Amino acid sequence: MVERLEHEVESGAVAADGEAVQARLIELLAEVAGTARAPIDLTGEPAVLLMVGVNGTGKTTTIGKIAWHLSKELGLSVILAAGDTYRAAAAEQLAEWANRAGAELVRSEEGADPGAVAFDAVEAARSRGADVVIVDTAGRLHTQDNLMDELAKVRRVIGKQLPGAPHETLLSIDATTGQNGLRQAKVFAEAVEVDGVVLTKLDGTAKGGIVLAIADELQIPVKLIGTGETLEDLRPFDPTDFANALLSGG
Amino acid sequence: MFDQLSDRLQATLSDVRSRGKLSESDVDAAMREIRLALLEADVNFKVVKSFTKTLKERCLGADVMGSLDPGQQVVKIVNEELTGLMGGVGSELAFANSGPTVILMAGLQGSGKTTACAKLARYLRENGKKDVALAACDVYRPAAVDQLVTVGGRVGAHVYEKGTDADPVEIAAWALDQAKAERRDVLIVDTAGRLHVDTDLMEELARIRKRIQPHDVLLVVDAMTGQDAVGVAESFAEAAEFDGVVMSKLDGDARGGAALSVKAVTGKPILFASTGEKLEAFDRFHPDRMASRILGMGDVLSLIEKAEQQIDEKQALDLEQKLRRNQFTLEDMLQQMRQVRKMGPLSGILGMLPGMGAMKQLKNADVDESQLDPVEAIILSMTPEERANPAIIKGSRRKRIANGSGVRPQNVNQLIKQFDQMRKLMRHVASGKAPDQQQLASMMGGAPRPKVRRR
Repeated sequence: MVERLEHEVESGAVAADGEAVQARLIELLAEVAGTARAPIDLTGEPAVLLMVGVNGTGKTTTIGKIAWHLSKELGLSVILAAGDTYRAAAAEQLAEWANRAGAELVRSEEGADPGAVAFDAVEAARSRGADVVIVDTAGRLHTQDNLMDELAKVRRVIGKQLPGAPHETLLSIDATTGQNGLRQAKVFAEAVEVDGVVLTKLDGTAKGGIVLAIADELQIPVKLIGTGETLEDLRPFDPTDFANALLSGG
Repeated sequence: MFDQLSDRLQATLSDVRSRGKLSESDVDAAMREIRLALLEADVNFKVVKSFTKTLKERCLGADVMGSLDPGQQVVKIVNEELTGLMGGVGSELAFANSGPTVILMAGLQGSGKTTACAKLARYLRENGKKDVALAACDVYRPAAVDQLVTVGGRVGAHVYEKGTDADPVEIAAWALDQAKAERRDVLIVDTAGRLHVDTDLMEELARIRKRIQPHDVLLVVDAMTGQDAVGVAESFAEAAEFDGVVMSKLDGDARGGAALSVKAVTGKPILFASTGEKLEAFDRFHPDRMASRILGMGDVLSLIEKAEQQIDEKQALDLEQKLRRNQFTLEDMLQQMRQVRKMGPLSGILGMLPGMGAMKQLKNADVDESQLDPVEAIILSMTPEERANPAIIKGSRRKRIANGSGVRPQNVNQLIKQFDQMRKLMRHVASGKAPDQQQLASMMGGAPRPKVRRR
């Protein structure tokens, strides 16, 4: 990318003054980050969203926010599946979000098979005619093969219950993550075919530059960004805004 | 752990080591490689700069260049400097002279505070025989209190909680009063995750700190954090004046940037490292051992400590006696297997052995321990009599055992055969004769072979 910019400046396509170069750089960065806003596919009946990611990247919180938007702003009926059966009180945490968002919750006891929870949730959604199912999963480090296999199984189980599902698999990535984020995306994409990235905790000083590498190398677009603790703090990703923010400030 | 960094540093150093003499340009080239390796590992660039500068100065010193084996000297210096970068000798928690020792935990959201609280509580209970209590001051994240209560229960720590309606500062103060009244040894205070730029919450943290006057403030840092780790650590140093760091998620393929930068930037050592999903996966952080591991020199000290923790001396003596008298039974074999497995995942143990990092075939090997499960199940399906004397296992017993453990009768036979061979071999050893090579080979060949999977 730097080469391309240098080339353009040398060939005179871009004026050789600081402002023009910066403007072009922002354009180029935005191009890499994603050409247009990538929408979330909600055409399935019900549409099934699968949320995956490393521990502590904000999966459950993001689900709460998505559910709130879908239910309160778009008037859709949403079912949440508490697929994190590993971490203590994960289901309670999701229950609280379901409550705030006015969504239904399908859960099982701790230690239950996450695939079974997902299966039940999709089944429930089909029988009740719900619009969207969002499946939470336990955080897992991408280096743990057995857990990644488990995740692949959850995906397969969902596909069995509803062909074509999950329609959207979202990977949450913490904006403070370093170069390691690319590796996370790669391994998760191999296991569950990730459709989009949710970049969380962008309200800190971190800029999440790693998503550029993810978009560029793996062709996985950023779909949503999380910028705070409240329900409204979830926005569609805007490549140009992102590129601007990346270059501004320290 | 830090594989990439480890590979690059080892490659650079083995090149240096292979030279009989070192010129200044050789050292320059090596320093450039080390600098790149560190930068790629997300180590803060300022830290890298000063690190390589000191390193270079020391390497060009007269005692190195003039020595008989300059390459070896350079390796030694890198090891020392790397150890120094991560904090030198292992640091300790400060404990109160009287009354409960108060430990305040802080960190960003999702860095692993609540889990670290429980793991630390377990660690202090196991290793210091302390009566540990936890205080649930994360009133913001839904179900955070429930989570702490659950994991606290698992590690046998009492949890002081007041739900989510109270003020965190008040909860902390109240919990401290309770801990004093109930004469707890340690009180660990969990707090809500907060971004270092969130001034309100950072102030709240400062207020908690002021109110309860903790003996130790620990910052939990995700090992996978990139360049931002430094900014985070600096802000927390200001608001919470933390004393030490807990490095979490070190079992991922983190590049090591956060671990290598934090001490240099804040001057605070890494006290603990969290290395797995289980509550036991938590230990003291030893910079010297970590440096050796990064440089592929293994960590035999940790391995020995682990073995000592898990293996009961009396049991080991009993076993030796039995071996000498050739009274080793299937029951003993089961005990042995369990003890080894208690030391943690086999792949982790392999990583502590010197030179293992350099072995290509083990590099990405994933030792599948579930292969050991059927063996355990088979033995457990036997009666005590059968375990002591497997010779009596014939047709119907074999069928029963196979049914009981969900394997085929052939598997039961296989196990008994292996066990017999093992016993024969031990008789040889016990009688002082060198084991017959062939016998040894056939035993190894017949043993349940760990499935090795390459990634």
